Amino acid sequence: MSFAKDMESYAGLDMSTTIHGKQRRDVHQALGKERPGPDDLLALLSPAAGDMLEELARKAADLTLRHFGRAVQLFTPLYVSDFCTNRCVYCGFNAEQGSKRRQLSLEEVRVEAERIATTGLRQILVLTGDARAKAPPEFLEQVLNVLREFFPSLLLEVYALTRDEYARMIHAGAEGLTIYQETYDPEQYARMHPGGPKQDYAFRLDAPERACRAGMRWVGIGALYGLGDWRMDAFWAALHARWLQDQYPGAEIGLSLPRMRPHAGAWQPEHPVADRDLTQILLAQRLYLPRASITLSTREPARLRENLLPLGVTRLSAGVSTSVGGHGSGQAGTPQFEVADDRSVSEIAAMLRNKGFQPVFKDWQPFDTVAA
Amino acid sequence: MQDMNDIFEIGGERLNSRLFTGTGKYGDDAMIPDVCAASGSEVITVALRRVDFQAATGNVTDHIPKTMRLLPNTSGARTADEAVRIARLARAMGCGNWIKIEVIADNNHLLPDGYATINATETLAAEGFVVLPYVNADLYVARDLVSAGAAAVMPLGAPIGTNRGLQTKEMIRILIEEIDLPIIVDAGLGRPSHACEAMEMGADAVLVNTAIATAADPVTMGRAFGEAVLAGRRGFLAGPGAQRLRADASSPLTGFLEG
Ligand code: SF4
Repeated sequence: MSFAKDMESYAGLDMSTTIHGKQRRDVHQALGKERPGPDDLLALLSPAAGDMLEELARKAADLTLRHFGRAVQLFTPLYVSDFCTNRCVYCGFNAEQGSKRRQLSLEEVRVEAERIATTGLRQILVLTGDARAKAPPEFLEQVLNVLREFFPSLLLEVYALTRDEYARMIHAGAEGLTIYQETYDPEQYARMHPGGPKQDYAFRLDAPERACRAGMRWVGIGALYGLGDWRMDAFWAALHARWLQDQYPGAEIGLSLPRMRPHAGAWQPEHPVADRDLTQILLAQRLYLPRASITLSTREPARLRENLLPLGVTRLSAGVSTSVGGHGSGQAGTPQFEVADDRSVSEIAAMLRNKGFQPVFKDWQPFDTVAA
Repeated sequence: MQDMNDIFEIGGERLNSRLFTGTGKYGDDAMIPDVCAASGSEVITVALRRVDFQAATGNVTDHIPKTMRLLPNTSGARTADEAVRIARLARAMGCGNWIKIEVIADNNHLLPDGYATINATETLAAEGFVVLPYVNADLYVARDLVSAGAAAVMPLGAPIGTNRGLQTKEMIRILIEEIDLPIIVDAGLGRPSHACEAMEMGADAVLVNTAIATAADPVTMGRAFGEAVLAGRRGFLAGPGAQRLRADASSPLTGFLEG
């Protein structure tokens, strides 16, 4: 089974025309539904809904409060290797960028972990570029093993793995992973990924499912907004999330809303996404998936992050460095992208408290350490 | 506030209040003591997955008044085995021997898995835990929980976080009638009137988290729930023997016809 099959069933639909043809009454209807369907989602992503954001926001805020309360999970990414064999045109780690590459030794991982742990963070997202030869699954296992000593909750954001490899990661202590399809439009995907293993659209599309089958507790997906038409990418990402929820009810499915940021290369987004558009994506996805966790990274500036918070965001990154060694274990590498909100963990936590939210540092740990 | 002689006993412990509260979803855990005081609640549940035993401070448990009975829960557990491990860890970490079993393997609706819950209850009750299982309002599951050694049964009023009130009312009514354990209505109670209704029906207690924690004024909402539970309980106690809805086997008014 694959989500690709689900996508195929929409092949006959002229999505752009459908989205642009939605009227206010379609949006109202979608808003009135307990469980909006795909057609309602199209309405919520339409230009008509774009004029009704306040109404969408009210319901999204209410749903978020009911399901998540005022708790916001904090985490930080830890870049352990920026070697990459791909040529994603939008990325600062692109194999064609001449910058020096760096991979942390396990000792350096430990130093970074110690530094991050002093900030109070307890959930870590381990990131690598896509270079299997340099950072094979064995290396990831070793990194997880080191980090386990410091953090109860470990997530991965690495190249797409096989199901068996995901099972190995779980065994090594990974609670979840994030993997973005970047764009769900296969043609645009091909243009954005002109070289390297990531060219394989189908293998990437099925990665979240393989992770679920392997037994990951938490799986975060999404598009990189700005690569393709954001309305369609937001639609597919949300449909993908619900499909995973339905197939694997035991896994918690999350969405993320990364948006293209300026980076070291010359490439700039072909489909710029305005703040208003990003807000609409968040609202539509929250209304369609009331229980999905939604992450907003430090790609976004402080003010926008704060304003979007009550509308559906449940996870925030904090104290972020997007370069390998960026937490102080020697020379930092080139950043993957520029961080727009560079506040420290304590500043983010203070901001949350100020706004009536509770920063949550720990929300899970492996319990297998207790004698059976 | 509570009637002097209406004591609720569970796991050998005597409680004055029949309102259990929760700790999830607050904007600030520091308001928990005020909510507890205002509501009169004496039992508070805490998700063990949120408690960081390595952190010296900054835990939700720091905010729980020492007079409260801690009810750690196994939220996050997807299997009976995970629930059992969480329970053991809770006890090992000094959280006492009460445990609320939550086993949820469906994140879409957050409905509890009755079969796994019964298994976990059996294991933990045998190990001396006071087990309070969170389940669907299902008579067969409840009966198995009695045999498994549960200390109470906690049926849901409506799915977690929905604030819909007593959607399972008729099933809960059957549990109250049939099950010889305290029935504590958990999940879905969104307003004080819902809690009042559950108590009036004869539930032994209710657990309320979302409705208090996400209220605009949690302290006042806590007080309102405390008062509602008390009112409902009084209504139940004052009821003129109308608790049994099932037809009575004997026929006191028409028995003469058989003679
Ligand atoms: S997006 Fe990932 S795979 Fe693509 S170039 Fe950057 S690091 Fe490599």
